[in-house]
Amino acid sequence: MKELVLTLAKALVDYPEQVSVNQVEGEKSVIIELRVAQEDMGKVIGKQGRIAKAIRTLVKAAASHQGKRVVVEIIQ
Amino acid sequence: MKEIEVSGKNVEEAIAIALKELGVNREDVEITVLEEGSKGFLGILGSRQARVRVVVPDKPEKLIEDFLEKVLQSMCIEAGFEIRHREDFIFVSFYGKELGILIGRHGETLDALQYLCNLAVNKVLTNRVKIILDVEGYRKRREQTLINLARRLSNKVKETGKRIVLEPMSPQERRVIHTALQNDSRVLTFSEGQEPNRKVVIALRQ
Repeated sequence: MKELVLTLAKALVDYPEQVSVNQVEGEKSVIIELRVAQEDMGKVIGKQGRIAKAIRTLVKAAASHQGKRVVVEIIQ
Repeated sequence: MKEIEVSGKNVEEAIAIALKELGVNREDVEITVLEEGSKGFLGILGSRQARVRVVVPDKPEKLIEDFLEKVLQSMCIEAGFEIRHREDFIFVSFYGKELGILIGRHGETLDALQYLCNLAVNKVLTNRVKIILDVEGYRKRREQTLINLARRLSNKVKETGKRIVLEPMSPQERRVIHTALQNDSRVLTFSEGQEPNRKVVIALRQ
């Protein structure tokens, strides 16, 4: 799941080397924290959060495939 | 599009260096000789290096392939796909088992992947391309479902005289509804609300 967020984020930003993803395991859910360069925030959020929503949709699909609940958080 | 300028003892050597640096074959590039280079007198005096510019043109198919392969792999989905050039878009069709997961509810997952694929590929390209993703004819089936829905609901509007508001849809899906009913003389359609919650309304013509 971590890898999916990393793959998507790197493909969208201008500074792929500054993309980092941290996975926090909770009891029932997994939180994936995504960090990108400040200049790239718009590239992973998009107008009205459209890009972030698309990333979450794909992660949700992949997670349900593996029977988990996953939350993607974009960290400032 | 990638582009580099390289110098060498002669044109051939400069090209060879450039190809090695870019990691591509000669048939994949466009070469411009900027400076022929000369050996000079006895190979020492007045010798000039050759200089070439090597450009790797955009290959959208390759970019699409790389992006989708990586995404499918990290989603643990085993699926193949076929890329075809259409007149004004590139059509990608997935095939394989368990592809329901790739479609999602009302094509939600497929639309998300399509949106991100367009962004990722067009970020690199100088000439934009439009990419449409499909899973085993899903788009066509969904279109037919929407057309049937539009006809059924328009009949209901005609019977009751009351307008009907549909559930939120993407611009492509809303267009299918509008098109299906545009020649109906008794009802009219329009959209209301803000994306992504924009909905089609079917109402009686006054």
